[in-house]
Amino acid sequence: MSLYVDIKKSFSDFELSVKLEAEDEIVALLGASGCGKSITLKCIAGIVKPDFGKIVINDDVVFDSEKRINKPPQQRKVGFSFQNYALFPIMTVWHNIASVINMPKKDKEILVAETIRALHLEETRNLYPSQLSGGQQQRVALARIIVSKPKIVMLDEPFSALDTHLRASMERELMSHLEGFQGTTLLVSHDRDEAYRISDKMAIMDQGSVGIVGSKEEIFADPKTVAAASITGCKNISKAEKLGDERIRALDWGIEVHLEKLHTLKVDFVGIRANHIEILAEKKDFEEGYNYYQAIVVKVVEEPFKRIVYLRMAPDAEKTLTAEVDKTLQISAGQEVKIRILKRRMICLLQ
Amino acid sequence: MDFSPFFVSIRVAILATFITFFLGVFSANFVYKLKRGKGMIDSIFTLPMILPPTVVGFFLLLIFGRNGLIGGLLHQIGVQIVFTWYGAVVASTVVAFPLMYRTTRGAFEQVDQNIIHAAETLGFSRSKIFWRIKVPMAKSGILAGTVLAFARALGEFGATIMLAGNIPGRTQTMAIAVFSAASANNRELAFTWVVILSLISFGTIVMMNRLSDSNKNNKKRRKDFG
Repeated sequence: MSLYVDIKKSFSDFELSVKLEAEDEIVALLGASGCGKSITLKCIAGIVKPDFGKIVINDDVVFDSEKRINKPPQQRKVGFSFQNYALFPIMTVWHNIASVINMPKKDKEILVAETIRALHLEETRNLYPSQLSGGQQQRVALARIIVSKPKIVMLDEPFSALDTHLRASMERELMSHLEGFQGTTLLVSHDRDEAYRISDKMAIMDQGSVGIVGSKEEIFADPKTVAAASITGCKNISKAEKLGDERIRALDWGIEVHLEKLHTLKVDFVGIRANHIEILAEKKDFEEGYNYYQAIVVKVVEEPFKRIVYLRMAPDAEKTLTAEVDKTLQISAGQEVKIRILKRRMICLLQ
Repeated sequence: MDFSPFFVSIRVAILATFITFFLGVFSANFVYKLKRGKGMIDSIFTLPMILPPTVVGFFLLLIFGRNGLIGGLLHQIGVQIVFTWYGAVVASTVVAFPLMYRTTRGAFEQVDQNIIHAAETLGFSRSKIFWRIKVPMAKSGILAGTVLAFARALGEFGATIMLAGNIPGRTQTMAIAVFSAASANNRELAFTWVVILSLISFGTIVMMNRLSDSNKNNKKRRKDFG
């Protein structure tokens, strides 16, 4: 096993409680801002000390409250990429990388030169961090981590400081540089798309605790909790009441929903992803496996490549349903439409 | 005219600044890293700046006098602090120390915590972090503190006259010479020392502003480039 974390820490305003295991894979910690993701990384790195628990990195116990083990960050061999990259502003790119290496001068120079070449930093070698673009700063931070030979790599919101148009390319670049890394990579993000693209496994964090850990496909298909559903981008969530084995009532929308099968004994909420709602432009024959509804279009919002349609399902409904449709579909507010949703797309959720 | 007060002053101020520099930087780092009792220790370290210099001088007399804690020990090895120019150095050091300490601590606190943490995770030892990261990053603050401490040491009067006295040619600094000349009704001599002291003080402040300006310009140039 590569990483084992089971820690607790009390703060004045919230409680951190993290249980996490990871092999040599990329794990994304996904959660809203302020849910304790960064603190978790800092605990693993040894910057913040948990109150209780145990942290093991590659069979090396770096923290154990019972045995009073608390190794300093220097001995944990954790490669930590900070949100603002935390480069040394008083050193050039070359020195930022070289200062990490403890080797004879000649070997050091060779290693720095190699790393600088691998990360395409040749032109910036004599510049200071404040003279670099966001992408270059990130590559220097990565170079520093690579030469420090870490056992695990932790990336705290690695792309949040970059311009939107740069993110996609930096994301691909960063991951290609990390490809050869044998060990756990922990990525903190609040962007579900980014987390989905990069990671193998996901952990959903909500209010200081890790709720669910699983493969990303699993979590997106069946998020299980309201927090996980909303962080994975489920736009429609309603309070639910169980009517029968395969029937529940969505109280906020004022509709009855049929399920393919009820997979949890208890259902507190029901969710529908916006892209799973199909607005039927023309009359279509009835097909098995769908829920059919009549709805009123309340509002239509134009986005560059899609339309967001807000639907009222019942006259006394508390909340509208949000649907994402193709630009080709002509639709306007006030219109009455027929919609259908696949039964197996309905998400049953617990509180 | 006897120029000895000038040389006594410069010698005392330079030595006092030298000692204060190291004491100040290390105390600043010590208090900066403290988790508990920060406020209390900070108050004690700042006290010499707030107390009337004569009060500081009185305390120093108690400590460094022949029956004092340190004075007694030093007396046994034949070193006398009271009424010697060492006394002037001690007094100036103590009075200048809070300026050095506070300015440096402020500069340390300005350093981005993440940079320190990054250095830790990259395996930098504590002393490497201190010498290669913290001190260079706080450089302008440390320089400003040094200049302020020098100016304060140069102008020190109250504590010095209590501890070192007013012995022409030995412990009489420029600041004390102004007082001596004025009380002896030698207005001309007093005026000469006043002008010299004012010029040196003014020069120090100009130098400090230059230092902080050039630092800002450096930063600005780097920003513009990016």
